[in-house]
Amino acid sequence: MKNLTLKEISRGLENKEFSALELAKEYLKRIKKQDKKINSFVTVTQDLALKQAREADRIIREKGKVSVLTGAPIAVKDNILVKGEKTTCSSKMLKDYTAPFDAFAIKKLKDLGVVILGKTNLDEFAMGASTENSAFFATKNPYDLTRVPGGSSGGSAAAVADDFCCCALGSDAGGSIRQPAAFCSVVGLKPTYGAVSRFGLVAFASSLDQIGPITKNVDDAQTLFNAIKGKDEKDSTSIEYEIQDSKFRIQDLRIGVPKEYFVKGMDQGVKDLVQKKIKELEGKGAKIQEISLAHTKYAIAAYYLTATSEASANLARYDGVKYGLSKAQDNLMETYLKTKSAGFGPEVKRRIMLGTYSLSAGYYDAFYLKAQKVRALIKKDFDLAFKKTDVILTPTTPTPAFKIGEKSEDPLAMYLSDIYTVSVNLAGLPAVSVPVGFLGKLPVGLQLIGKPFEESNLLKVAGLCQE
Amino acid sequence: MISEKEVQRIAKLARIELTKKEVEKFQKDLSAILDYFELLKEVDTKNIEPVFCILKDYLKGNAAREDKFYPGSVSDELIALAPAKKGRQIKVKSVFK
Repeated sequence: MKNLTLKEISRGLENKEFSALELAKEYLKRIKKQDKKINSFVTVTQDLALKQAREADRIIREKGKVSVLTGAPIAVKDNILVKGEKTTCSSKMLKDYTAPFDAFAIKKLKDLGVVILGKTNLDEFAMGASTENSAFFATKNPYDLTRVPGGSSGGSAAAVADDFCCCALGSDAGGSIRQPAAFCSVVGLKPTYGAVSRFGLVAFASSLDQIGPITKNVDDAQTLFNAIKGKDEKDSTSIEYEIQDSKFRIQDLRIGVPKEYFVKGMDQGVKDLVQKKIKELEGKGAKIQEISLAHTKYAIAAYYLTATSEASANLARYDGVKYGLSKAQDNLMETYLKTKSAGFGPEVKRRIMLGTYSLSAGYYDAFYLKAQKVRALIKKDFDLAFKKTDVILTPTTPTPAFKIGEKSEDPLAMYLSDIYTVSVNLAGLPAVSVPVGFLGKLPVGLQLIGKPFEESNLLKVAGLCQE
Repeated sequence: MISEKEVQRIAKLARIELTKKEVEKFQKDLSAILDYFELLKEVDTKNIEPVFCILKDYLKGNAAREDKFYPGSVSDELIALAPAKKGRQIKVKSVFK
């Protein structure tokens, strides 16, 4: 039972090579014995997993195979609610918080009979790109224990890479699925904004956040995405849409390569691997076009203004009154002050401060409003590009995984490394990171960006890159 | 560089109490990041409509739920999470003296 994909698990269960219970026990044993090496899990939900596995076996016994996901052992980023289990967001603020309901994506997966093994580590409230901002412990990169797994879904990506689960859910507001997927040599899909309900995803940046799959291959990403997508009346921004699933031949495929993404600051080895893949696709008949995304230079600033502003509003809810940590004082103001200063870590405080600043009187027009106008221009760049191209190909990150501690003292340097991923969230587009090779022992990822709600086509191209 | 007073003002608005060390660190960090944000000034955004809903073209009609009672309320579970309560009510410290 090593490195099984969803399809292999499904086949194994069907052919009675193993039961869902045996499978769950094997993964739980593996986590217990080996996860201390990389620390990818915050909570192991053993009782839930065993109960779900027994239930999956019963379903399979009584009804035959129901879904590819029935009995599949998965992990869930710890900012997604699983009823009755802790959801900490890797924050002291929610250390003892138990989810009172299931996220919409979790409900859908439970209905299909998945087995939830546990909740994975993240940068506190999903704010970060290394999982070092977890209030509990840093997760390590399975390919090099001195390096970060990326973030903020670092726990999920590392757990999939080290085979502590078959696949996992992450969330992505600015690269938080794709960047750790690239650093850990797994597949990570950030769906179109609105494709997956955000109900039950702890809010960080509401206009940017999406839940998405982190998997061992492209096929599994499609399966897991299909299972969680769809309209949810509890998320007014979720959308039911026709799946754009046209048949295509690689000879008809037009791949756009943005010139602004291949500039200084990019690791030469990463550049070589991505360009080698481009040549390979061209050799198979795809048409490669240079395109321009002219406002790329402004994406980081527009992104961090948007994300921090929304975060400052969203995290105001942690007030020591409704739920979570409470440092009760004699009056309400003191309760707020003490609760927030004790509950939030440095990066969360920094982002709340930045967002509060840019939304405060006298600065709103120059900062938040300006960022939303630049966002319109960034989206327009993509709209124009997609008039003559089917899919856009870029590196996922400028460099492979960096050393633990290397950027933790320099927040701006950390922000700047998100250069290739943030524009996608600002424009609401779907994008996937697939492994493209290694530099030494360090994985490198390639990013494909698609048109809104064309995940299926996007993943077909990703499948070609994976070969 | 933004002033210590400015950092304190923002912290107050955000309801975060900062130590002296944190104030110093944030003066430095926030200044560097806010300086970087100045980059946006060079973009001409005259006549550009700001984005508030990125895929609004895909949303059809009113996305809000119908205003009616839905079964399966979790209000008891939500109240149970409050750190201080009395029966089904959440206790809050006095706002007015």
